[in-house]
Amino acid sequence: MDWLKILIDAGRAAVGVPAAAYALSSIGLNLQFGYTGLLNFGHVAFMLVGAYGMAITADAGAPLWLGIPVGIAAAAVLGLLLGIPTLRLRADYLAIVTIAAGEILRLLARSSFAEPLTNGVFGIQAFAGAFYDINPIPDGQYGIGRFRFDERTLWVMLVAWTLVVLAALLIRRLTRSPWGRVIRAIREDEDAARSLGKNVFSYKLQSLVIGGAVGATAGMVLAINQQNVAPDDWLPLLTFYSFTIVIIGGPGRLWGPVVGSVIFWFLFVLLDGFMNGAVAQGWFGDLLTSTDVGPIRFALLGVALMLLMIFRPQGIFGSREEMLIDVR
Amino acid sequence: MSAEMPPPAGATRADPARIEPVPGVAKPDPILIATDLRRAFGGLKAVDVDRLEVQRGWITSMIGPNGAGKTTLFNVLTGFDKPQEGHWHLNGGALVGIPSFRVARRGMVRTFQLTKSLARLTVVENMLVAAKDQTGEGFFGALLGRWHATERRNEERAMASLEQFGLAHMADQYAGSLSGGQRKLLEMARALMVEPELVMLDEPTAGVNPALTQSLLGHITGLRDRGMSVVFIEHDMDVVQEISDWVVCLSQGRIIAEGPPRVVARNPAVIDAYLGTHHGEEPDG
Repeated sequence: MDWLKILIDAGRAAVGVPAAAYALSSIGLNLQFGYTGLLNFGHVAFMLVGAYGMAITADAGAPLWLGIPVGIAAAAVLGLLLGIPTLRLRADYLAIVTIAAGEILRLLARSSFAEPLTNGVFGIQAFAGAFYDINPIPDGQYGIGRFRFDERTLWVMLVAWTLVVLAALLIRRLTRSPWGRVIRAIREDEDAARSLGKNVFSYKLQSLVIGGAVGATAGMVLAINQQNVAPDDWLPLLTFYSFTIVIIGGPGRLWGPVVGSVIFWFLFVLLDGFMNGAVAQGWFGDLLTSTDVGPIRFALLGVALMLLMIFRPQGIFGSREEMLIDVR
Repeated sequence: MSAEMPPPAGATRADPARIEPVPGVAKPDPILIATDLRRAFGGLKAVDVDRLEVQRGWITSMIGPNGAGKTTLFNVLTGFDKPQEGHWHLNGGALVGIPSFRVARRGMVRTFQLTKSLARLTVVENMLVAAKDQTGEGFFGALLGRWHATERRNEERAMASLEQFGLAHMADQYAGSLSGGQRKLLEMARALMVEPELVMLDEPTAGVNPALTQSLLGHITGLRDRGMSVVFIEHDMDVVQEISDWVVCLSQGRIIAEGPPRVVARNPAVIDAYLGTHHGEEPDG
């Protein structure tokens, strides 16, 4: 087994475009879940509308950059649609409605009814040429030894990580302001916040929409990276990747989602490489074949998440003291 | 934890003894007026109040056996629950259909029977979140960032208040690490950050040790002395006798008696409510 190759692949994944995109999407989820206490189980829906908003705009012949405001506006509308009926109710209702909305949107994008716009199951391809046309990085391979990227990947990585930093700075500005204090107060006790004159509904809606808009930009990054937006890229699993990342980093911690995403992708690809190598070496005999690696990888990830919840429930950045507080 | 306040402004307060002690009686200067308030849960009439006036500048206690509808009345008056019918006014402004957060902004702030401290906010953050007119609480205000001057003024006010309530040394600790009694103090101090005219305290002394109860009572009379009006739910008759200007007794959702504490304590309907009709149950007053 080539340990160095496995490590290098994991290292590439840790800084790669998916890691950046999931960092971005988790920053949005962290605002909703970590700071405001909203149980958004349909975060993938925001990523989906961001990706489709951009792809459909570009596919229709409009400039690609116009897809950015379109995707963000679509996410904002989705946030309002999901939030207005549910945010006055108990927290569980938002969870139910969002998880359903994610699937509904995916199935809608798949349907023959939406085919003229979304191109159905085949999806929209090669819409982001304009993005790659402005790549300032000269052709070539960049990096050390096998740890390297071509100019296309590097360009997407550069933009994606810049977006991550910008989003984190935006969230920092918001959460360290009195606005952020109000949403944390709402997370602790809605009725107390109301009794102190805070419009809880409005704040929850703002948090859902802003977090959703950040999630939409993550969807755009993934779409541009793949040059392809197809409905079945947006499975509910993506939401739970983001939840895992938020929990690894520590909910309600500014840089938690960023570090969480890096760790998540490093471990994910490391496990993948190790399992594939081990199967190829015949370590598991007939017990496991290469087709079992995918599912086993998820099972191990689940175990890792459980261990994390048991031994470090506050995540990497969370404080133990805060976690132990009896929330009444 | 001294509760010493400036000398009471009692001289200018209306004299309770000069008002006829009957349910629904008019007060000389009411801050809150409720009429024909009804709130039923299915067949149970939790609140069925024909008229209630709360005098400005008084401490009004609300007593009554368990299930008398005191907390429901609080919920309705503060917008946390909606009555089936009725009108109520604060300072002449109608409150029907006004959501709870607007009620608070209009000057009627409540606390809760089960203390609601914001556990994973620090004590001083608990105070600051209650302060009014912080432009940084708006989304664009937060982005623009011109809220620091207001914040500093609020911090000064919060620390002065925490000092009074004996919580200043805990300012930077999580509210969740406070004891039950300290949480009660914090909740009261926090309510004052909203600069209310009328403070509604739901069982402020429940589950608090006697020494701290005395301190809490000192703070409550302190509120009155600073010109605020107070309505509070209380079970302990000694406490009610000690600090109330006026007592309203509820039973089965209705006001069965009101008057100065001594008068209400002798009222046969009140004694009946606690001991007569509910005998076999543990009286709680």
